[in-house]
Amino acid sequence: MAKPFMRRRKTCPFSGEGAPKIDYKDPKLLQRFVSERGKIVPSRISAVSSKKQRELARAIKRARFLALLPYATE
Amino acid sequence: MPLYEHIFIARQDISPAQVEGLTETLQKIVTDNGGKIAKAEYWGLRSLQYKIKKNRKGHYSLFNIDAPAAVVHELERQEKINEDILRALTIRVEEHDESPSPVLSRRDRDGRDREGGRDGGREGGRGDRDFGDRGDRGDRGDRGDRGDRGDRGRRF
Repeated sequence: MAKPFMRRRKTCPFSGEGAPKIDYKDPKLLQRFVSERGKIVPSRISAVSSKKQRELARAIKRARFLALLPYATE
Repeated sequence: MPLYEHIFIARQDISPAQVEGLTETLQKIVTDNGGKIAKAEYWGLRSLQYKIKKNRKGHYSLFNIDAPAAVVHELERQEKINEDILRALTIRVEEHDESPSPVLSRRDRDGRDREGGRDGGREGGRGDRDFGDRGDRGDRGDRGDRGDRGDRGRRF
């Protein structure tokens, strides 16, 4: 790294080879993209691409309906 | 015929045998009306993330259905009537996933994770911020020239 405070650009966890498939039936995976409070983590923090973020949001909302994920905690 | 994934959650107090009976009757609705069940899974009694009709747990079942839309309407209608069913969701998919659902294959890992790990220290005062720092902002780049300062005004 040339400059001491430059972070490496993060890449989308759902793009590229060996990436997990976004599935509303997989709460274990979706859990990583919601905050402790149960909110969906913004893509600028999780580095998910915008196309995948839309897909992810849909999956999380479906999982919430099925009580696989909480709508809110506390 | 369109393909659907269908999940329903049954009440916690009914026995696994009753769930099986329920599953069969629902499957029969599909097959009798000219549909096909490509896959049926029973996920077991899972705890719900929030209470539904005062239930903390529920029996989850999944069907992969290949049937005309009318069959799905009938299935959903019957499920609304049945008081043992807390909730049902049907989603149209382009293709069916043949392999077992992630919920089933990761069962053991699920249990282990829950004991310790990340969720342990939940009482952090910082609410939502479990993602830590946002990382550095990167360089700001050059500011460019300052341009002329203009004339100095009259001197006395």
